Amino acid sequence: MTNILKRKKVRDIESVKTHLSSPWASFAAILLATIWTIPTFGLFVTSFRPSTGINTSGWWTVLTKPEFTLENYSRVLFEGRGATPPLSQYFLNTFAIVVPSTIIPITIAIFAAYAIAWFDFKGRNFIFFSIFALQVIPLQMSLIPLLQLFSGGLHIGSVTVIPSFGITGTFIPIWLAHTMFGLPLAIFLLHNFIAQLPRELIEAARVDGADYFKLFRQIVLPLSIPAIASFAIFQFLWVWNDLLVALTFGGGKREIAPLMVRLAEMTGTRGGDWELLTAGAFVSILVPVAVFFALQRYFVRGLLAGSVKG
Amino acid sequence: MLEVAARQTQLEQAFSKLTGLVLTVLIFALLVMLAFWLAERASEKIQRYVKYLLFLTPALVFLFIGLIGPALRTLYLSFRDARGDNFVGLENYHWAFTQPEILEVLKNTGIWMVVAPLASTGFGLTIAVLTDRMRRPGLVKSLIFMPMAISFVGAGIIWKFVYQFQPNDRVAEIGLLSQIAEWLGFVPTNWILTSPLNTFLLIIVFVWIQTGFAMVVLSAAIKAIPDEILEASMLDGASGWKRFSKVTVPMIRGTIIVVLSTITIGALKVFDIIRTMTGGNFKTSVIANEMYNQSFRALNYGTGSALAIILFIGVLPLVAYNVVHLRRERAER
Repeated sequence: MTNILKRKKVRDIESVKTHLSSPWASFAAILLATIWTIPTFGLFVTSFRPSTGINTSGWWTVLTKPEFTLENYSRVLFEGRGATPPLSQYFLNTFAIVVPSTIIPITIAIFAAYAIAWFDFKGRNFIFFSIFALQVIPLQMSLIPLLQLFSGGLHIGSVTVIPSFGITGTFIPIWLAHTMFGLPLAIFLLHNFIAQLPRELIEAARVDGADYFKLFRQIVLPLSIPAIASFAIFQFLWVWNDLLVALTFGGGKREIAPLMVRLAEMTGTRGGDWELLTAGAFVSILVPVAVFFALQRYFVRGLLAGSVKG
Repeated sequence: MLEVAARQTQLEQAFSKLTGLVLTVLIFALLVMLAFWLAERASEKIQRYVKYLLFLTPALVFLFIGLIGPALRTLYLSFRDARGDNFVGLENYHWAFTQPEILEVLKNTGIWMVVAPLASTGFGLTIAVLTDRMRRPGLVKSLIFMPMAISFVGAGIIWKFVYQFQPNDRVAEIGLLSQIAEWLGFVPTNWILTSPLNTFLLIIVFVWIQTGFAMVVLSAAIKAIPDEILEASMLDGASGWKRFSKVTVPMIRGTIIVVLSTITIGALKVFDIIRTMTGGNFKTSVIANEMYNQSFRALNYGTGSALAIILFIGVLPLVAYNVVHLRRERAER
């Protein structure tokens, strides 16, 4: 009986939906989606055209005169210019920046989120709210002091509180900066998830004699994988696409500069080399877009949970 | 011969970078595992303290060194001269609000703050409503959403190509905008150099990216409107537009405001687009870009810090609003 009722209800809702769906709405939506895609498509097509063609006719003319080549990619990826290494080197640098800059903040954040959610201690709420409130600090407010700290250490009077370690010019300042800037959002998101794990589960494990470390390793961590995935995608995309942090903490050194720094430089100095620029830009876009399409569901979930970098 | 040698060192460099990366990750993982191994073997009394040391302290130390400390120091530096040696009072702020170039920067930032969120949210809402009436909205949504995965730098290049202008009359236009202008019977100009049009052309790039964000969040809000309400409004004979303006929009008002304020924050902090497309020239600079120029090009930490503080004061009420709203929403749930 209830089944029949339910089925009837489903049918009713479907009829509302069918009534609402209109061919005009579909048409308008498809039109907008097409307009949205054309610029990227133009870049894509251009990156496969020979340079003479690019500079003498628009990319839309390939419909009548198709002519394609892979030369732009091989040139931009593998041929350096003087002291400037080819883009494949920068690609590698991006990779070397992204991996630790994603793993480290997630590890530290999930630890803190777990502690704030499940340890009983005074000032728990105060700490959570403070971390939450840290999202108001824009990155720009940390740049100068952090750069000074990395290059010169921290001294009060003549006492050295933190030595400089001589890490300037390596990847380490960039990793650390991304970790620091990513933490407030990461802790906030992961805490929201971990705090919602069923209390009975945690308490049962405690009664069974699991200490807080075992509890974390055997129960909290495995259950948090979806939330971790959500944030990992964000941090990955954010670090991959970042220009400001790499520009500031990379100190302009070519050996550690990521793709974005190089591309921004190329656009400025060689604005006319479209065959290289378009191929280079497409290389830089490829990985994040692939990750995005593969894991879109997690990305959307994270977005709706409030993961917007403040 | 030389080229072979160069390639050799490149390969060597690549190899050493990869080994460095793998080693770093391994060392980090080993450290974490070692800490756990030791902690699990400690007596209960020690564990009571060690659990804070292992789980909570790293985050607090990072947050203090990376955010709280630097933010306070930036505030301090904003009252001091270029090298931070002498106290100068409010001089840096006075400079920011009187210097014509900086006033231009503040004006541009204002334009960004108003136009970018309204346009992004407007487009996002339109597309969310349209796709809500489609049978299979998946592909359309993905295409609109895709720019979110593209960097501002990549987007800057994509659109710089769209805005490309051919100064030589005898050569065909290769930029889409110039070509469309020509097709429509206008004479294309060097768009990116034309102020104040260029600021709006840069805003388009930002809107192109942010619309996807607005669409996804608003779309979820629209889906959450109970079917009964829509059915009731249909039985009452409300037309499509009436249903949109009298039912849908009021029901998702809170979400619209959060989306607007979130995008406003992003617009206030925009940097990469300006850097890639104009470098802040041709009267397109904004506050985040100028902050970078003052700090790391002119090496004036005083004025750079003052601009960072101005940016902070601009962002503060918006983030505070979002935070409070999110808290309230969570409490209701």
